[in-house]
Amino acid sequence: MQIPVEGFMYPNEVELQWSILIVLYPFITGLVAGAFILASLERVFRVQAVKPTYRLALLTALAFLLVAPLPLQLHLGHPERSLEMYLTPHRSSAMAMFGFVYLWYLMGVLLLEIWLDYRREIVELSQTTSGGLRWVYRVLTLGSRNVSERSLRIDERLGYFITLIGIPSAFLLHGYVGFIFGSIKANPWWSSPLMPIVFVFSAMVSGISAVMLLYMLSTRLRGQQIDMRCLDTIARYLLYTFIIDFSLEMLDLLQRVYEADESFRSLDFMVHTRLWTSQVIIQILLGTVTPIALLGLTQVLKFRDIARKRVYGLAGCLTMIGIFAMRWNVVIGGQLFSKSFLGYTTYKMAFATREGLLTAIALMILPFIILWVLVKLLPPWAESGSLPGSGVAPAHGTS
Amino acid sequence: MDITRRRLLALLPAAAVAWKYVLAGTPEASPNYKLTEHWWGMLIDIPKCIGCGSCVRACAEENDVPEGYYRTWIERYHVADWKIERPEVESPDGGKQGFPPHADDGGKNFFVPKLCNQCAESPCTQVCPVGATFVTPDGVVLVDKSYCLGCRYCIQACPYGCRFLNPKTNTAEKCSLCYHRITKGLTTACCEVCPTGARQLADLKNPKDPIHEFLKTHTVQVLKPHMATGAKVFYNGMDGSVR
Amino acid sequence: MFKDIEHLIRLAAVIAVALVAFVILRAAVVPHSFGQYGHYRGAAIGETASRPIAFAGHDACEGCHTDVVDQKKLGKHVVVACEACHGALAKHADDPGSVQPTKLDTAIVCARCHEANSAKPQGFPQVATADHSGGLACDTCHQPHRPKIEAEGKK
Repeated sequence: MQIPVEGFMYPNEVELQWSILIVLYPFITGLVAGAFILASLERVFRVQAVKPTYRLALLTALAFLLVAPLPLQLHLGHPERSLEMYLTPHRSSAMAMFGFVYLWYLMGVLLLEIWLDYRREIVELSQTTSGGLRWVYRVLTLGSRNVSERSLRIDERLGYFITLIGIPSAFLLHGYVGFIFGSIKANPWWSSPLMPIVFVFSAMVSGISAVMLLYMLSTRLRGQQIDMRCLDTIARYLLYTFIIDFSLEMLDLLQRVYEADESFRSLDFMVHTRLWTSQVIIQILLGTVTPIALLGLTQVLKFRDIARKRVYGLAGCLTMIGIFAMRWNVVIGGQLFSKSFLGYTTYKMAFATREGLLTAIALMILPFIILWVLVKLLPPWAESGSLPGSGVAPAHGTS
Repeated sequence: MDITRRRLLALLPAAAVAWKYVLAGTPEASPNYKLTEHWWGMLIDIPKCIGCGSCVRACAEENDVPEGYYRTWIERYHVADWKIERPEVESPDGGKQGFPPHADDGGKNFFVPKLCNQCAESPCTQVCPVGATFVTPDGVVLVDKSYCLGCRYCIQACPYGCRFLNPKTNTAEKCSLCYHRITKGLTTACCEVCPTGARQLADLKNPKDPIHEFLKTHTVQVLKPHMATGAKVFYNGMDGSVR
Repeated sequence: MFKDIEHLIRLAAVIAVALVAFVILRAAVVPHSFGQYGHYRGAAIGETASRPIAFAGHDACEGCHTDVVDQKKLGKHVVVACEACHGALAKHADDPGSVQPTKLDTAIVCARCHEANSAKPQGFPQVATADHSGGLACDTCHQPHRPKIEAEGKK
């Protein structure tokens, strides 16, 4: 298909290399990091108010983390060779080192923390459930049935320690993705020391927002009352993080506009034309300024519970759209202009191909399906009014 | 010194490693070629380039380059008066079929052939996650087709836009400086067919190579020196407008 | 005491087994020449160097076609390699009898270099072919191996 080019692009630059799948990837890992940070607020920083979302946040992080490698695999020219990244990692490559950061975070932090927190229930469920599911729980117990007070206390201590390590690990997970882009000197839209930091904060924003929305939705589905103190606290943390994130992005923009170096003229034109809708309208106005204003309003004015819930819901949805737009603008935007600074190309997104829109939509739906399975397998809530088929009352991190 | 059995046992692994290095530097196809004796680069003489496109066509044929992708290409520049920072550039099909005739429109016009700069500190090899692209001991940046994942990180990292993803092999690809030719004493396909000598292969480690004298007596640049890539393709007579 | 950390010991054992499996996998799967010269498969150098050659190089042509060499020596095209116009002919050089190069269409081949273009160096011979030859093929008047038209005899 003919790709419309304006001005001059190096002949090999016309076709975009990284598609919507590579936009999805930082979005998904961002949700993971953000959800985990929210969970750690309770565990490490003792913010009691957000306790009701602790387990849900962990399971959300896991569901998204399991899906995270899929867009990458689908994008590779040779996915069957992807094991090479673990067998012969090139130490100077941020991408290679990220493979280990991901593995560490998945195994050493997230899975371990979930296992330790749920161990008592897992042991109980391995004894009370019947059928094939029983074997799943039995495997998860690793053959040990000890749930004595002492062992549970050891679990608690170890879990605390892991969460403690988990916080910098979560920052590392998504900061690394920022570094993968930020370290490319060839691309002035990406190359910036601020990249990892901007990515981490926008990840936190999207993760907190996602857990907030999921908490509201799941509580509704269970026919339960939303804990407003919890929700208000989450919304407050969302607002603070958002303000920091927005400040960082505006700082970057201000510096670029003022210095106006060689790349600036080309990038400025790109933002005013090809990225106008996705960056200025969707990311900044709808996706950042509006949610910040809405959340700010709830801090300044007194709203009734029901009004506040509606505002949080709206702000949360706009935030998710805004952060997705931010990933789009970074990944796609960075490939729309020529490295000669003399031209622009167009992204022709396919629909039903391996890297097309349909695949991207499927990959965004998949984590919710996995989350549903996880919630069934390891229920985050007490018995009454839970989703059908869940197990016993959990010891820690519930409502 | 007595060669005791113990000493021999200790020496053998060391000898095996040493033998490996003795054998190193001799690719099977060219038994007389020693990797450490060469350091490859290229000289492009811009005032000599006539934009005929022979190099682009020859490269495509020599290296099976698929349609629409380019291991080398030619750009035509038009610089109006003092507007050095805003040249008008075109490269129809990479210059493969030459360029359409232009009437003299005032200003300065010239051709610039481009290819992989065979960077000594190449950013593309720095970012490859698995070691599928690398700088050989004789200074050529190659891609290992059977190891490349097709992640395209190297394509993003190249400041010169010389890399692409080959849709047939689904691996990254770029100019290999006709490695299969230069290791046999031939020159690259593009240099072979260039009718004016605008492109010339250079062996920087060979004291008799004419490039040394040329570099001493001419005004020469590399592309994007601020990127500090250690580029080894040298451009004679290159205008400041060249991007 | 150990009873209370039994589950952690089991977990440690699982991790240890996984690590050992990884090490064994690595030893089995990583190509042998990897790391020979640097962080890449050393054998790739030899493989790249063994690719088949398409252009023979003018030295190969000049071995047999000495008459053309003599003719070219007298003109400006002495610096132009044979395959620049005739295309890749390594197959012909290897087996001259069975692989015949195709006859060239001078209207196309010559124009690529000599069609007038403002970006070509001023001193380089170039013409607007429509005005210059009025549609005639270039070899009507020019001998490609010795292109300058002398006062006496051409072909």
